[in-house]
Amino acid sequence: MSNSVMLTRVRLARNLKKYPFPCRLNTAGKNQVAKEIVDAIKNCNSPVAKEFEAIEVRNLSEAQRIALVEKHLVSPEFISDSNGRVLVLSKDQTISIMINEEDHLRLQVIYKGFELDKAYDTADKLDTLLDEVLDFAFDEKLGYLTQCPTNLGTGMRASVMLHLPALQKSRAISRISGNLQKLGLTIRGTYGEGTEPKGAMYQLSNQITLGISEKAAIENLKNITNQLVAQELQAQERMIKNIETQDVIFRSLGVLKYAKTISCDEAVKLLSEVRFGIESKVIKDIDLDTVDKLISDIQPATIMENKKEKISPHDRDILRAGIISERLN
Amino acid sequence: MKCQKCGKNNADTHVKRVINGEFEEYHLCSECAKDMGYSNMFSDFANDFASDFNSLLGSFFGNALPARTQATRCEVCNTGYADIVRTGMMGCANCYKIFGEQLLPTIRRVHGNTVHCGKKSQKGIATVEDIKDKPKDKLKELKAQLEKAIKEQEFEKAAELRDKIKEMEANNE
Repeated sequence: MSNSVMLTRVRLARNLKKYPFPCRLNTAGKNQVAKEIVDAIKNCNSPVAKEFEAIEVRNLSEAQRIALVEKHLVSPEFISDSNGRVLVLSKDQTISIMINEEDHLRLQVIYKGFELDKAYDTADKLDTLLDEVLDFAFDEKLGYLTQCPTNLGTGMRASVMLHLPALQKSRAISRISGNLQKLGLTIRGTYGEGTEPKGAMYQLSNQITLGISEKAAIENLKNITNQLVAQELQAQERMIKNIETQDVIFRSLGVLKYAKTISCDEAVKLLSEVRFGIESKVIKDIDLDTVDKLISDIQPATIMENKKEKISPHDRDILRAGIISERLN
Repeated sequence: MKCQKCGKNNADTHVKRVINGEFEEYHLCSECAKDMGYSNMFSDFANDFASDFNSLLGSFFGNALPARTQATRCEVCNTGYADIVRTGMMGCANCYKIFGEQLLPTIRRVHGNTVHCGKKSQKGIATVEDIKDKPKDKLKELKAQLEKAIKEQEFEKAAELRDKIKEMEANNE
């Protein structure tokens, strides 16, 4: 059932009440905010405190910065400017805290699969610990105060990353996306926008943060996710009977197994077809984890992340084809 | 700046993202942004601004003047209402006290609601006094810098610092 849900994320936006928001802070001010938050995390009354590492964005190479975005640990906005920006990351990379992005801190919990309750629970606990040592900007009426009023209230954005190949192919997504807005949710392509994002991967998240509790927003997201996934499975069942659909899936697997050079775009597109094949049980000897890990590991910056020398796009494509073929054969 | 997608309308949405290992940012108009799945709240603010402007005009025809004018600024961070309309960003927690009421219609449009329900912070809202502690800290810092400058016989710098401190103390009183 939850095979279509690849990732779950919950993030909370918080600000320190004694500092202006990041858009009104200079680098010195941001550094001060960062120091206060990093100290608070290190000293917070929990054994998890030792699990964190503080990383200054300015000390990272460009490939390392982009790789963080590709792994969904930070937002593109976060790496667009390195001034005063610090990432606090847990060792297992499930918790990331962006300091001085749009808000002073954005605490994010990311889990594989469909784990909304667990992800919120972790985020909530860490937030409560930090609330004891940091003075958050909070108003009885408006809730947590954020730089942008779209995040007022709970400051919570919960999202699931969905793989919806059958709904994409049957062009049902655009119809659904209009209805979702009425329910206070939004859907967007993970890799590229428009009606046909690459790899049929979508982010579904809550849009409304004021006047709805965290628990209610999560329940709402959970219900809609279940409905969407049910629709996807129905569409898959219908489509997979078609020999042409199966042909596309197995041709994709063939190319992935034996290609000698492959771009990221093509690889993501073909891996999505193979994932469709596993979800609808026509491919049985490959598991979803292998495919999901590949989708993440073959991203352009992630591939280069641990390499000392710069690799040309051409050599990157060769390297990528090698990794894929090794893991799928 | 024109929208980079349609090239016709004015761009009012700034998008940053990573595609294919490259960091990209571009400027879009609200129509194209909406098509691409980026809902744009700034247009809401702009409408708000327009309606406030209309009510200001309305006052010439016998309506009461709005309580706050565009000229009001937040005493903590110096953000004005026009800045918020332009950027869609509040300057600090205190801005919500100053402009909160003016922004309520927009907040209601975005969230369908104006009252928080959910987790509560253990500590209360920031007051101006909380934030005003900061200039004092800055004064202390400047005084320390002045002492250092005198010690190191950097008199030009010392004079500059002395003037700054005088100015700050005069403002505080």
